[in-house]
Amino acid sequence: MSTPNSPIWEVFIRSRNGLSHKHVGSLHAADSVMALQAARDLYTRRGEGLSIWVVPSNAIIASDPADKDMMFEPTASKIYRHPTFYEIPDEVGHM
Amino acid sequence: MTSISPSNAPLVQFLLRRADDALILGHRLSEWVGHAPMLEEEMALGNMGLDLIGQARSLYQYAGEVEGAGHSEDDFAYLRRESAYRNVLLVEQPNGDFAETMIRQFFYAAFADPYWRAMKASSDPTIAAIAAKSEKEMTYHLRHSAEWVVRLGDSTAEARRRIEAAISRFWPFTGELFSSDELDASVIATGAAIDPDTIRAEWLATVQSVFVRAKLTVPTSTWMHRGGRSGQHSEHFGHLLSELQYMQRAVPGAVW
Repeated sequence: MSTPNSPIWEVFIRSRNGLSHKHVGSLHAADSVMALQAARDLYTRRGEGLSIWVVPSNAIIASDPADKDMMFEPTASKIYRHPTFYEIPDEVGHM
Repeated sequence: MTSISPSNAPLVQFLLRRADDALILGHRLSEWVGHAPMLEEEMALGNMGLDLIGQARSLYQYAGEVEGAGHSEDDFAYLRRESAYRNVLLVEQPNGDFAETMIRQFFYAAFADPYWRAMKASSDPTIAAIAAKSEKEMTYHLRHSAEWVVRLGDSTAEARRRIEAAISRFWPFTGELFSSDELDASVIATGAAIDPDTIRAEWLATVQSVFVRAKLTVPTSTWMHRGGRSGQHSEHFGHLLSELQYMQRAVPGAVW
């Protein structure tokens, strides 16, 4: 099986009880119509979804892995941003 | 291993005709598994094949219930002789290349989608329920195959040459979809089924609109192959059955 000479698309599925679309994988397709059909055929075979988004992979702007220290390291020391320092009244229940 | 001879009761035979169309086309699509031109289409062909085999199962089960002779869906699918299968010749034709498979699927789905939609009004509640499930599946088969017809037709010279050859090959097999005989007429008279000829105009309109998008020409020839509905199959069918029936013939009664 050869790799087709067609663009790559990222697939996002909103599941039955999910609130937002989640990235599930990628696929090859010649255009947006065929990408949606292929996403349906590849990623919703077991009743996973109620809505599909397909996005051209080259439309996604990604952070540079080399920047990870600058981007993400500074938050590690700011544990006070986690909500673990607050007392939650019993009446609130599960959060 | 013995073969079964299903009842000649009209409703049983009617159900077997529709079930055989679905089973044989589903089997043809399953032959693509492992050979499709791209992974995405491998899954699409397999999914469509499974839809059709599922439709066949429902129809065989109901045929067995109506017949009342204790025949299971597997008995109908695997233990009949070649001449006892009543599918149209279109669905048993070998896959050929991808364009040929897509045109065959398009011609069948453009019929089956409106056919099952109309059959939801069947006076027989089981048939109406099978029709409701089948319609949704065939709507997708029609959409998917039509998009491929457009992309192959309005594309490179090589793709266009192949899709045009595929149209010439399968066009003479489309007439049988709309045919019916006295057996069908007796089922149609009860309100359990519709006359397939009433689907012809919608089928042709679908073919014309997709071919316009694909910059393809609808053939004008009216000579059509016939025979599948009375059990006279093309030479390819015996080879298909030898593959389809192999496991039940080799290991009788094998189950999952």
